[in-house]
Amino acid sequence: MYSAIVFLPLVGFLVVGLFGRALGAKASEFITSSLLVIAAILSWIAFFSVGFGSTEKVQLEILQWISSGDLSINWTIRVDTLTAVMLVVVNTVSALVHIYSIGYMHHDPHRPRFFAYLSLFTFAMLSLVTSDNLLQMFFGWEGVGLASYLLIGFWFKKPSANAAAMKAFVVNRVGDFGFALGICGIYILFGSIDYDVIFQNVNSVAGQEGNVLTFLGTGLAADSAITVICLLLFMGAMGKSAQLLLHTWLPDAMEGPTPVSALIHAATMVTAGVFMVARLSPIFEYSHTALTVVTFVGATTAFFAGTIGCVQNDIKRVIAYSTCSQLGYMFAALGVGAYGAAVFHLFTHAFFKALLFLCAGSVIHAVSDEQDMRRMGGLRKLIPVTYWTMFIGTLALTGFGIPLAHLGELYIGTAGFVSKDAIIESTFAGHNMFSQYAFWMTIIAAFLTSFYSWRLTFMTFHGKPRASVDVMKHVHESPLVMTMPLFILAFGALFAGMAFQSGFIGEAYDAFWKGALFTGAENHVLHEMHHVPTWVKLSPFVMMVAGFLLAYQFYIRAPEMPKKLAERHDALYQFLLNKWYFDELYNFLFVKPSMKIGRFLWKRGDGAVIDGLGPDGVASRVQKLSAQIVRLQSGYIYHYAFAMLIGVTFFVTLSMFSGGGAH
Amino acid sequence: MSDWSILSITTFLPLVGVLFILLVRGDDEEAKTNIRRVALITTCFTFIVSLFIWGGFTYENPGFQMVEKHEWMGGIFSYYMGVDGISMLFVILTTFLMPFCILASWESVQTRVKEYMIAFLILETLMIGVFCALDLVLFYVFFEAGLIPMFLIIGIWGGPRRVYASYKFFLYTLLGSVLMLVAILSMYWFAGTLEIPALMEAKFPENMQTWLWLAFFASFAVKMPMWPVHTWLPDAHVEAPTAGSVILAGILLKMGGYGFLRFSLPMFPLASELFAPFVFTLSVIAIIYTSLVALAQEDIKKLIAYSSVAHMGYVTMGIFTMNAQGIQGALFQMLSHGLVSGALFLCVGVIYDRMHTRQISAYGGLVNIMPKYAVAFMIFTMANVGLPGTSGFVGEFLTLIGAFKANTWVAFFAATGVILSAAYALFLYRRVVFGSLDKESLKSLLDLSGREKVLLVPLIVLVIFFGFYPMPVLDVTQASVDALISQYSTAVEAAGHLPAVAAVAQ
Repeated sequence: MYSAIVFLPLVGFLVVGLFGRALGAKASEFITSSLLVIAAILSWIAFFSVGFGSTEKVQLEILQWISSGDLSINWTIRVDTLTAVMLVVVNTVSALVHIYSIGYMHHDPHRPRFFAYLSLFTFAMLSLVTSDNLLQMFFGWEGVGLASYLLIGFWFKKPSANAAAMKAFVVNRVGDFGFALGICGIYILFGSIDYDVIFQNVNSVAGQEGNVLTFLGTGLAADSAITVICLLLFMGAMGKSAQLLLHTWLPDAMEGPTPVSALIHAATMVTAGVFMVARLSPIFEYSHTALTVVTFVGATTAFFAGTIGCVQNDIKRVIAYSTCSQLGYMFAALGVGAYGAAVFHLFTHAFFKALLFLCAGSVIHAVSDEQDMRRMGGLRKLIPVTYWTMFIGTLALTGFGIPLAHLGELYIGTAGFVSKDAIIESTFAGHNMFSQYAFWMTIIAAFLTSFYSWRLTFMTFHGKPRASVDVMKHVHESPLVMTMPLFILAFGALFAGMAFQSGFIGEAYDAFWKGALFTGAENHVLHEMHHVPTWVKLSPFVMMVAGFLLAYQFYIRAPEMPKKLAERHDALYQFLLNKWYFDELYNFLFVKPSMKIGRFLWKRGDGAVIDGLGPDGVASRVQKLSAQIVRLQSGYIYHYAFAMLIGVTFFVTLSMFSGGGAH
Repeated sequence: MSDWSILSITTFLPLVGVLFILLVRGDDEEAKTNIRRVALITTCFTFIVSLFIWGGFTYENPGFQMVEKHEWMGGIFSYYMGVDGISMLFVILTTFLMPFCILASWESVQTRVKEYMIAFLILETLMIGVFCALDLVLFYVFFEAGLIPMFLIIGIWGGPRRVYASYKFFLYTLLGSVLMLVAILSMYWFAGTLEIPALMEAKFPENMQTWLWLAFFASFAVKMPMWPVHTWLPDAHVEAPTAGSVILAGILLKMGGYGFLRFSLPMFPLASELFAPFVFTLSVIAIIYTSLVALAQEDIKKLIAYSSVAHMGYVTMGIFTMNAQGIQGALFQMLSHGLVSGALFLCVGVIYDRMHTRQISAYGGLVNIMPKYAVAFMIFTMANVGLPGTSGFVGEFLTLIGAFKANTWVAFFAATGVILSAAYALFLYRRVVFGSLDKESLKSLLDLSGREKVLLVPLIVLVIFFGFYPMPVLDVTQASVDALISQYSTAVEAAGHLPAVAAVAQ
């Protein structure tokens, strides 16, 4: 069954990828989608049998991959609770996105290719989450990168899409640079890159004395070695999960078709970084410093992406920054040691963020491929299904629920309410240097989230229509094949939090996770987060309401206010609108100089110096020399006689000085 | 061991083809087709015969196998052939790539077809000979003689600047060879033998090793090519016909790496240890420098040529890490690069045959009319980038892990190649394949022909197969590499040095 879950999408990819043209679009859609639906159903079965049944951990060895010296790596499928959670997320969202795309991509001539890519992505993502060693994770990691590259650049005629695709791949590679070095470091330290070996030995390695690793000329003791390795690995996570500094590719990735944004750039691929840190929690728990960095980066991203989200006008970009910000929440939770809360938010976020993206797609579909919210408005009555499902998604994202109310141990509210508040509480309860910082950042981000989410809803659906009459005439609700996935996701957005909170973060924690997430002996965050002061528990709710009210004021009651405000604080507005100028900065710092240096090294280094002194120089020297020798052969007898005379004189002198001669 | 001298048969089989080609009279179309057919059949048959070498190969045996030895010239040299885990796969790679070269030249070469095919077949014999020879002089003869057909291929069937390119190619490689010849002579005076297995046991004094190492290095570094003696390669590639580029990138470059493993490491272990940091430095510079240069290229072939130099940087780095992962990774990287870069040059050849230009700016939007070509090119681009699941990844990863063991600085800088390779390769792909089809001249291009599919599909299959299951290659090399390393560390320890790994890691 577990092999089937992983390989069904691969079968779909191969069949449609190789024979898509012959099969035609209808058959391609049917094959890939139905395989994914089967995989999704099997995933839920796996989820219940592993998470709530007695199955502890499944490992299926498939094939030997690499063996060299004492390094040995296999292709193995590993399913424990953490994997099972990811299987459910990936396959459910992927199946729904496949189905949704049948409607959304209806007019596209390249549908077989599109569906093949979607299935390829799913396979790569599944091999990432079922990995049993770091290299296999790296395989999935780069595989999803490839699929993401192909799908962002799916409309290959658009220059912006091609640029975005390449940017996504290259920026991710910056992260992978760290990841690859981290894997090397793990191998040196543990002699293996299998999870089981690493996890069993991490305690003894951490206890070693003296320098265990030399990195960049510095001898490192056990704890700093682990810190360095964790930070290198985390660099990979930052790239994939679009955290601050390596986030620039995610907003541009919105150039891809909207279902792709929902699947890859919201629900699954971008959460790979979170998954990685959670999977490697046994190592991260041994490095306080690394976790502090994780907290800081996550919390800062949550805030930073939120600020940008407030001023963007492209409907998809708003949601993209929101994704970035929500991933920041997850990292903040990981950093304070609340792995359960982070994975829980990953789980619920997949539902409501995929929902929001698919709704956005439905909106874009309705208004003739317009993405600018300034040219929308007043769509509420025209596309009610989209409106209400998006409304639910917004409630879940902003964290709507009934604060302080309990149903036994369970909190009552939307999925986002349960998981996000858990994160905020865990940061408050956290003990590292930046946990209080993280608390305040996530609280502010909660306000920002609520503001930009409602801003999006109001600008899109409320007020007067700002689109042209022509467009408004064509506005239509999406077909059932697109709305049905919305219903299912909306259901998840409402109830997934309440249904599973006990297992993910509550009483049933140990029985559910069965050791898949590791917490050190001193880590009591999960316990303490339930006992934070009441004002802490209330504050996210207050922030959410405040954000809603502000958005209501700005975009319903006084729509001219934001403009005035932007004019008054133009510098700040431009700063946010231009995304803190990261793209410009990177262009200036990295992209342009590399091209310049490349050209310089080519023309000057290779051309002038190496060739100039090497072959070309030698050649021209030989030519000059021979030209001079040619001049000696003048053809005049007296020239030759004179030369002979000099020669004779020279030899006579020589023989006299060397004491030779006649005597 | 082998009753039917399989190595000699494989080596000289192409010359039989040459004989047949010489028998073909006339130079009308029919004769040309016959010549091509003979060449193709010969190379295919040679490949099939060479598979028996793999079939008869004993994996556990680290020493030389299928040995043939005949006295020659009064016993100073001998005709001495044999393969071990390090050389065997290069023989297979050579025989495997040759039919592709013949096929790739099927339509693009129309002048002097007879001489062209003869040059290629002779080249094949010489290249196989290089990897099989166990006598130093025999090796040297094969190694140097191989220059001549390649020189002619570039100089006669090359592009507009072919004379400059072939002369540059010749000048560089000859300079290295002269020094190597001097080294060979002095090795003979010291050891009294020219047999490679005996020389491996010869234990040259430390001082002498240094000089010998440098002399061999001069030759191999040019062949690799390592920075800063790489500038002949882009020119040679650009001017060479497609098949010439395939052989150049696929086989000739590998002779340098093979030379390091066959001579420098086992015969001069102390010098190798001494110079390892030097090689690391050059390798890392090669990776970063040439990647940046590749980023700025305007000519497709030049870009791929520069990327080859960067990839060879991983190879030299891996070889001198002196650990199992590094060396096996280097070997794997060489074999994989033989497939991938060969395939990339074939891909360039496909569009060059149609458009007769290699300028990147002349292309754009090819995916619109050549979707199959776009897929093939994408797969090889990704293999070049080192995407896991392609053969390019395995070698890169293993050398990186080996380098990390030896010296983390090296691994750190080499890993930046991961970023840069993605940048230049995808930048190329984007400019050539993606985009809308605006240029009038491109609008009538045809997608891959049947012949071109036959060329590219087997390579795609192999590149992906070895990405998921590299064990056939790693198994072959394991025993010999282990033996090489243990021989090396015994020598280093005997000389009172610290074991290499510990020493370099400080």
